[in-house]
Amino acid sequence: MTLRLTAVDLRHRNGVQALRDVHLNIAAGERVAIIGPSGAGKSSLLNVLATALQPSAGELAVLGVQPWQLSSRARQRLRARIGLIHQAPPLPPRQRVVTAVLAGKLGQWGLGKSLLNLLHPVDIAGARALLARLDLDDKLFAQCQQLSGGQLQRVGIARALYQQPELLLADEPVSAMDPRLARHTLDLLCQHASEQRVTLVASLHTVELALACFPRIIGVRDGRIAFDLSAAEVTPQRLDDLYANAQLSPAPTSADTATPWLPRC
Amino acid sequence: MLSRHHRDPAALPRLLLAALAVLLLWPGIRLAELNPGVLFDPAVSRSTGAFLAGFWPPAHDRDFLALLWDATLQTLAIATAGMFLALVLAVPASLLASRALSLSAASIGARPGWAGTCVRWPVRGVLIFLRSVPEIVWALLFVRAVGLGPTAGVLAIAITYAGMLGKVYAEIYESIDQRPAQALMRAGAGRLAAFAYGTLPAAAAELMSYTVYRWECAVRASVVMGFVGAGGLGQQIDLSMRMFASAEVASILLTFIVLVLFADLLSRVLRGRFT
Repeated sequence: MTLRLTAVDLRHRNGVQALRDVHLNIAAGERVAIIGPSGAGKSSLLNVLATALQPSAGELAVLGVQPWQLSSRARQRLRARIGLIHQAPPLPPRQRVVTAVLAGKLGQWGLGKSLLNLLHPVDIAGARALLARLDLDDKLFAQCQQLSGGQLQRVGIARALYQQPELLLADEPVSAMDPRLARHTLDLLCQHASEQRVTLVASLHTVELALACFPRIIGVRDGRIAFDLSAAEVTPQRLDDLYANAQLSPAPTSADTATPWLPRC
Repeated sequence: MLSRHHRDPAALPRLLLAALAVLLLWPGIRLAELNPGVLFDPAVSRSTGAFLAGFWPPAHDRDFLALLWDATLQTLAIATAGMFLALVLAVPASLLASRALSLSAASIGARPGWAGTCVRWPVRGVLIFLRSVPEIVWALLFVRAVGLGPTAGVLAIAITYAGMLGKVYAEIYESIDQRPAQALMRAGAGRLAAFAYGTLPAAAAELMSYTVYRWECAVRASVVMGFVGAGGLGQQIDLSMRMFASAEVASILLTFIVLVLFADLLSRVLRGRFT
């Protein structure tokens, strides 16, 4: 079992309850898509799986160990085996693409090799091969600030793939790409996952892509798991229920105009 | 006539604040015994005028220029050696003092752990101690300890500037975007690797420009320390002033301007390289 969540609760420091009583089991090599409306807790769930957020209650096991029982050093070693693809990859604007991609292996490299790689990239060929699969090898030596949002997302994906993690998590990995590129990139992720026997969990806001590329679909709503089904079992009725939104009624009510600036949490 | 439409609601508070500032500053001027009238006293004007009249032309005979060249090189050497020693102390201290490299704070929404805080506060305390004593006081102490000469100046600059650089470096690391370094730490990278890949690229330009500015300050500080016997241009200007050699003073002042211009140019070139 790669991922096991038992009764996981997550409350953010500002008091917002992001996840409630989540039970989830994902086996090694599975490919799972997480869908749900904005603010449902998709990113929170992925960050909990990535050991970036500590659950406030419940039990979490990742790759067979409980990350929050480990020492800081052991947890860093565990984190080196988990790859997280960010929706907006946090890359320094002046860093070169080749450095940003090779930084995926920092958790496995010693400090000496890491610093040497800053002076001269140690694996240009490896970075170029990955970027070529993402159709971005012409940007190998460009600075990250010269790239568009979709190109940056692909750099982030290349970094996570270069890390060669056993568990690959992706938070809206293709949100800034056009539909064809998004499909191509997701296919590439899935292909990589099935070839390398990597567990892949991705959150997506394009339901069609999720249904087309992933065999197992998890619907999240209000911090709870609404359904956990194979792609064939996800009916339009279930999707309507998942995305139903009482606040987005077509005509604004008078109550809305009275308090237009409610704080966003 | 101010109609309601033309009234600025901020006008009255601003006026009151300005009046308050004058009210507070006036006793300050009295306490500092500043008396602008002394500048217009005929005796004072005459002696100042005579001294200033000697400024042109600046001294430029061969012997003095050779002396000036040596003194300038010594001043630059004191400043640069002092800065180098300061950096040797400041870089590790800033890494220890900065919250930016806290592994426990790398988790989203988490605070730095208590163990790290226990390390950071003593380091900050040491940095505060180093910079709270002005370099001229350190120089006087070191002149007692190691005798007259540039060594005292170098040590004084090294100690004070280590405190300043360490503090400001640590704050620069914290002021830039933390997400790249934190994302790397969350992918298993060590602190130093995350710093080199996530923090340094964004902080390099600011670090560089602050360091060059501090080097410029160190040049000025080494001049001041020359007055207490630490060598360089300061000692030279002290001698020239005592001898009322205004032409020499003018040449030395021009040298200061050239040095600061040079530092400014260097900073501009280096910043252009890093941004």
